[in-house]
Amino acid sequence: MKLTRFALPLIAAAALAGCSSAVKLDEPAPVETRQPVAPAATSSQGTTAPAAESRVATVDLNAQYTEQVKDKRVVYFDFDSDVVKEEYRGLVDLHAKRLNNNKKLALNLEGHTDERGGREYNLALGQRRAEAVAKSLTLLGVAGTQVEAVSFGKERPAVQGSTEEAWAKNRRVELKDK
Amino acid sequence: MISRRLSLAALAALPAASAFAQLRIDIAGVGGTRVPVAIVDFRDESKSPQPIAAIVRADLERSGLFRSVDAPGGLSETSSPVWPDWRARQADALAAGSVSRLADGRLDIRFKLWDVVKGAELAGEAHAVLPEDARLAAHRIADTIYQKLTGERGVFATRMAYVTKAGSRYSLVVADADGEGAKVALTSPDPIISPAWAPNGRELAYVSFESRKATVRIQDVQTGQRRVLADFKGTNSAPAWSPDGQQLALSLSRDGGTQLFVINRDGSGLKRLTQSSAIDTEACYAPDGSKIYFVSDRGGGPQIYRMPAGGGTAERVTFNGNYNISPAVSPDGRTLAYITRVGGAFRLSVMDLGTGQSQQISEANDDESPAFAPNGKLIVYASRAGGKEVLMTTTLDGKIKTPLLVTLAEVREPTWGPFTRQ
Repeated sequence: MKLTRFALPLIAAAALAGCSSAVKLDEPAPVETRQPVAPAATSSQGTTAPAAESRVATVDLNAQYTEQVKDKRVVYFDFDSDVVKEEYRGLVDLHAKRLNNNKKLALNLEGHTDERGGREYNLALGQRRAEAVAKSLTLLGVAGTQVEAVSFGKERPAVQGSTEEAWAKNRRVELKDK
Repeated sequence: MISRRLSLAALAALPAASAFAQLRIDIAGVGGTRVPVAIVDFRDESKSPQPIAAIVRADLERSGLFRSVDAPGGLSETSSPVWPDWRARQADALAAGSVSRLADGRLDIRFKLWDVVKGAELAGEAHAVLPEDARLAAHRIADTIYQKLTGERGVFATRMAYVTKAGSRYSLVVADADGEGAKVALTSPDPIISPAWAPNGRELAYVSFESRKATVRIQDVQTGQRRVLADFKGTNSAPAWSPDGQQLALSLSRDGGTQLFVINRDGSGLKRLTQSSAIDTEACYAPDGSKIYFVSDRGGGPQIYRMPAGGGTAERVTFNGNYNISPAVSPDGRTLAYITRVGGAFRLSVMDLGTGQSQQISEANDDESPAFAPNGKLIVYASRAGGKEVLMTTTLDGKIKTPLLVTLAEVREPTWGPFTRQ
């Protein structure tokens, strides 16, 4: 009995380890799946109530993927460029994995530019950046219906100011859940 | 007497001097040529909520073409002016009128314009208007006087629309051409750009980001009724009315990239106009409706092109500099206004479409969105002064520039309404 009481959380932990092997090691353990593990740690010291025997810990890959992209939702661009830089390959891969795992998920890819130049032309430039990100996702198998490239041009800067630094922060595509 | 007549006629040949400044009027350089006019306070003017004669005087003075002559009251459109008195006051033209209330509550505003030198009547009009349209009636009277004395149509009774941003609040504002009487047509927490007046003067098309992306909407200014014109996948932007008001050109990314399309005013009959892998945007119809001017970066940087309004082969129009955007064509089809990049600055320029000669008419750094007055005498555009977004008007030669509005908010995206207004 004792053994099985520990076994369940262990299985949950094993399942967790199994799935996290697909992702980077420096990823923090997702909050949602960490929950069932907690009672095991404390119950071994006999200080809290043991987990029910019939308990099943759910591993939600969707939630995990969502957690993994939590701080990976912005791609920055060079001046006058719509090239998705090499350093964002990992970010794009993670989003593609998430979207491919759940075909019901959809993203708005919001393109932005810095403040220089006309509003309409910048709207088109932001659109081009958003479409570049959309293309890199669809190349990884994401359905075209799951991504909509849109643009805010220079209308929604992330950072105020007219410095090179501010401009670099504003040339971006934000990947937002629909 | 002959020389006086000539001075009136010669006005028509002058570049229309500026104006419509709300707070400051800079008419330096044209002071010597201004024609003296006497506008007498209208009889029973207190029945109007707006000071009719004062508005007429202000309009005419702001045009830079007229000088107001001191005019004692006691005269109306039914009077017979004593010509020697008015000649002694050195007025070339005289206007007087009256205000009365009709049984239905409307105001009956009448006036007459005389040529003092000849002692002859030049014009007479009666306007029956709702009290809230008293300012409009005054502007119409100023337009009549301007036209009779210069031979050109005035734009005092036209309206502007523009966008203001105060904090995170965006407003689409409609105001008289003198910047007075501003009223908010739409207020939104999301950006509004690219407003365009319908040729009927009743509707505004614009781009709103209220649904987390750019969509094109049309709003009836008087009723506030709004409808979606274009909400296709991706970005919908840059609406431009055809001169007959039946269609709009716009920029859509629904097929990928930003390309030009045309759509009927009711949202039907969508048709793609350009087929390029480049950006094609900022369409603008030639006044006869035969051609569309637009911006494309098919040659590298953004340049202005033109093509038949139904689509077809495009020819490049701008060749100076590597960044030319935001085309606007004058009502006579002869002049192109646009924004050119010079170093890191964006400046208003005009091109003579006959000769292809272009001229920078601004020394500012952040000019945007030029639009012509319906009489083609002025261009309104957005600029930046003292770190703030402002609207400016300028003559086509760039000699007389005037800030149009001075408010606490950022002001941008001007569009000048048509003559028609009913």
